[in-house]
Amino acid sequence: MTARIGVVTFPGSLDDRDTQRAIRLAGAEPVALWHKDKDLRQVDAVVLPGGFSYGDYLRAGAISRFSPVMETVIEQAKAGLPVLGICNGFQVLTEAHLLPGAMLGNDHLHFICRDQKLRVENARTAWTSDYEAGQEIHIPLKNMDGRYVADAYTLDKLEAEGRVVFRYLDLNPNGSLRDIAGITNEAGNIVGLMPHPEHAVEPLIGTGRTDGLPFFTSILKKLVGA
Amino acid sequence: MSRTPLDTVEHAAETPDVELPWAELGLKKDEYERIVEILGRRPTGAELAMYSVMWSEHCSYKSSKVHLRQFGEKAPESDALLVGIGENAGVVDVGQGYAVTFKVESHNHPSYVEPYQGAATGVGGIVRDIIAMGARPVAVVDPLRFGAADHPDTKRVLPGVVAGIGGYGNCLGLPNIGGEVVFDACYQGNPLVNAGAIGVMRHEDIHLAKASGAGNKVILYGARTGGDGIGGASILASETFDDAKPSKRPAVQVGDPFQEKLLIECTLEAFREKLVVGIQDLGAAGLSCATSELASNGSGGMRVTLDDVPLRDSTLSPEEILMSESQERMCAVVEPAKVDRFLEICAKWDVIATVIGEVTDGDRLEIYWHGGKIVDVDPRTVAHEGPVYERPYARPHWQDALQADDANKLPRPATGAELREQVLRLVASPNQASKSWITSQYDHFVQGNTVLAQPEDSGMIRIDESSGLGVAIATDGNGRYAKLDPYTGAQLALAEAYRNVATTGAKPLAVSDCLNFGSPEDPAVMWQFAEAIRGLADGCRQLGTPVTGGNVSLYNQTGEAAIHPTPVVAVLGVIDDVARRTPVAFQEEGQLLYLLGDTHEEFGGSAWSQVVHDHLGGLPPRVDLERERLLAEILISASRDGMIDSAHDLSDGGLVQAVVESALLGGKGARLVVPDGLDAFTFLFSESAGRAIVAVPRSEEIRFNDMCGARGLPVTRVGVVDGDTVEVQGEFELSLAELRTAHEGTIPALLA
Repeated sequence: MTARIGVVTFPGSLDDRDTQRAIRLAGAEPVALWHKDKDLRQVDAVVLPGGFSYGDYLRAGAISRFSPVMETVIEQAKAGLPVLGICNGFQVLTEAHLLPGAMLGNDHLHFICRDQKLRVENARTAWTSDYEAGQEIHIPLKNMDGRYVADAYTLDKLEAEGRVVFRYLDLNPNGSLRDIAGITNEAGNIVGLMPHPEHAVEPLIGTGRTDGLPFFTSILKKLVGA
Repeated sequence: MSRTPLDTVEHAAETPDVELPWAELGLKKDEYERIVEILGRRPTGAELAMYSVMWSEHCSYKSSKVHLRQFGEKAPESDALLVGIGENAGVVDVGQGYAVTFKVESHNHPSYVEPYQGAATGVGGIVRDIIAMGARPVAVVDPLRFGAADHPDTKRVLPGVVAGIGGYGNCLGLPNIGGEVVFDACYQGNPLVNAGAIGVMRHEDIHLAKASGAGNKVILYGARTGGDGIGGASILASETFDDAKPSKRPAVQVGDPFQEKLLIECTLEAFREKLVVGIQDLGAAGLSCATSELASNGSGGMRVTLDDVPLRDSTLSPEEILMSESQERMCAVVEPAKVDRFLEICAKWDVIATVIGEVTDGDRLEIYWHGGKIVDVDPRTVAHEGPVYERPYARPHWQDALQADDANKLPRPATGAELREQVLRLVASPNQASKSWITSQYDHFVQGNTVLAQPEDSGMIRIDESSGLGVAIATDGNGRYAKLDPYTGAQLALAEAYRNVATTGAKPLAVSDCLNFGSPEDPAVMWQFAEAIRGLADGCRQLGTPVTGGNVSLYNQTGEAAIHPTPVVAVLGVIDDVARRTPVAFQEEGQLLYLLGDTHEEFGGSAWSQVVHDHLGGLPPRVDLERERLLAEILISASRDGMIDSAHDLSDGGLVQAVVESALLGGKGARLVVPDGLDAFTFLFSESAGRAIVAVPRSEEIRFNDMCGARGLPVTRVGVVDGDTVEVQGEFELSLAELRTAHEGTIPALLA
């Protein structure tokens, strides 16, 4: 038996097919979900992929957050459904208030695409259990609006509760506060991050590293109880 | 209040003496007279609008056509060519049932006027050409040329162009895998923004731009039509810039990449369900081009009701609607029974789609507005039978003096210390410096199939996950070489792109080109153009790589000063298994460095002569295409059989530039020994063509040497991958740290 992991396609989603590939390579079954459809097709987990949904017009993730599929995702995520938001998906999660804080334009005002070094700070979430806390990994990063911000109280709370999941190492690529690259909710079922683990799953492709694969094996193990 | 009567065909026939603004629309007097002759009456305003844009230099190739014919006449036999010149883009068979379409186009003039939107819509346009062939776009490349790196206006143009390419391409989800960035004062008022794209499809999915089958519906879908880009083709792309004229900013189109992304997905879904008989994108000349080309390529005529075109601005006149270059629009021909399903798919993707006409069994293109017939033409006269000019051309009087100014006689570095200093200057010069500040603004990873991206010798994309089949593309062009000798310069561009594809392990298959030149009204420029085409066509025949399509950009000129003749050549290659690709970076210490090919004293047009002496003169390196072919075969065999772990072509900057790049990318140094028969300077800086440097694992040394020996390719052992310096024994040593600072610091310091 395997797990069914849904990948939502919003208009302007770009990495939806790549995320489906990563799920398949990890051994799970990818299920395409459509933004206009509230039905999650009985998936066991959901990924909100990267891209420029609705062109990032208005504000990254601000329009997608109101799409029909998100009504169900928000409701079920609050009830414990594992949800991973990658890049634009992370932006949607903050806009939907499933995760605290917000994303602003990169401090250098340019799009940036690079192989980014990260430290795994929390290996207890639904999506990071195949990593070890403190592990250093490289995951491609590519975004225009990746500067994570929140008020000091929220940041302190995230730190105190161990909810910073990834931190940028060596170089903070966008001016994110406290080098935060990814965070989780209190229950640990919802994770959002700016870098793209689905682009680091095959040895020949992209940067040639497979440091992103554990995201998808983590959730698979959790879901099938292996 | 009186109303001007609608200028219908009938009205035009009744009012032969009405003066039309043909000159303002960019037409010459004899061209206007020819239109009157074709129609047997004066054109209506709408007809004049159509003819003026379609007969512009940009759309009609009227100055270049007589020369471009050579690409067909001299085309080599090629089993790989599925669709050749004349369609939206050429299509090449890459095996396993896959076909690849690719093309390079220019968006030079708009990008100078409005860098961000000019460059962005350049990407949008080339991508729609790819979709219109039936293919899913899988990658883009961007060969760019700007004025001097330290000129203040470069700081305006370059960041805007790069942000525009990134802003549009990144939002479409297309990995940007290659291209070039070149600086030269000759491009100061005329930056070259060329954009290339690759698409993949199955053989049976190839679509063509033709409207056939009477009764079939013509559907316009995508963005609403607005006032942007009106006259862009005729006025912007076909005249030189002149300070005295008013700003042309309103003629540049504005792009919406989000709309284009929807257009891609929606079109591909319609293709998958086999709903489309013919398709054309709306680029230069907008609806004028799409309707006239679809109709003239098909078997029948076409009737269009212009009132049905969805508008962004309800005050647009019919002429403006016909000329508008609003982006993100396409036109499909669909059988009546499939129209509902087509519209449904468009609705699913929130794409506006409207039936605006139908294919008729006649042979006329008829367009109606408010019930009156405002266009009634033979579409072939609009789309294909425009004027053809035999422009006079003559070898410029200064060419001999330029060639006599021999770069080989320039003062050379005499000591190791001087060599060291010049190497450092070379790798830090804007043209030779790392472009990562630019390329890091482009997404290379999206779609999850990128095997190689810049700064590799060619970009490489996997197209089949199970077999590992992939395609590679490289674009090259050296305006300095072409200025010295346009025939040889064009062949050098071809040779370099061909070599770059082979260096990564792929077999070169076909060529697309973007020919950037000055004003065709200048006989010297026309001679450069004619020579470059002759060189390229001869070269393609010899290498067996047909030209599948491309683009000509003329009038890249401010006043009397034309740009260097700049033929940019894109070569597409195929690799059976991307796991065999060869990267540029040094992989392992101890591997042996071999120089393949012959090195001569060739410094004309070289990077060294530019950086050290600010000199352009003499002759460019000689071209030996048989040698290029042999070198390519060796590189491909060595990659397939695992005999080399890294390879880098030698071109501008010579061997030392290549070694420094491989060392910095791999984080491993090299110890070099000047081979017998060469002096250190020539060894390091010569730009002789037909060469590459490869790193061979020691276990493969004998096998590799035997292969080169058996096939007759000169091979010279020149060093070893080792340490954290680049050392030329007995001459100098440079640490990787120092090289990195020099190589990577220049562009951010100038532009960030």
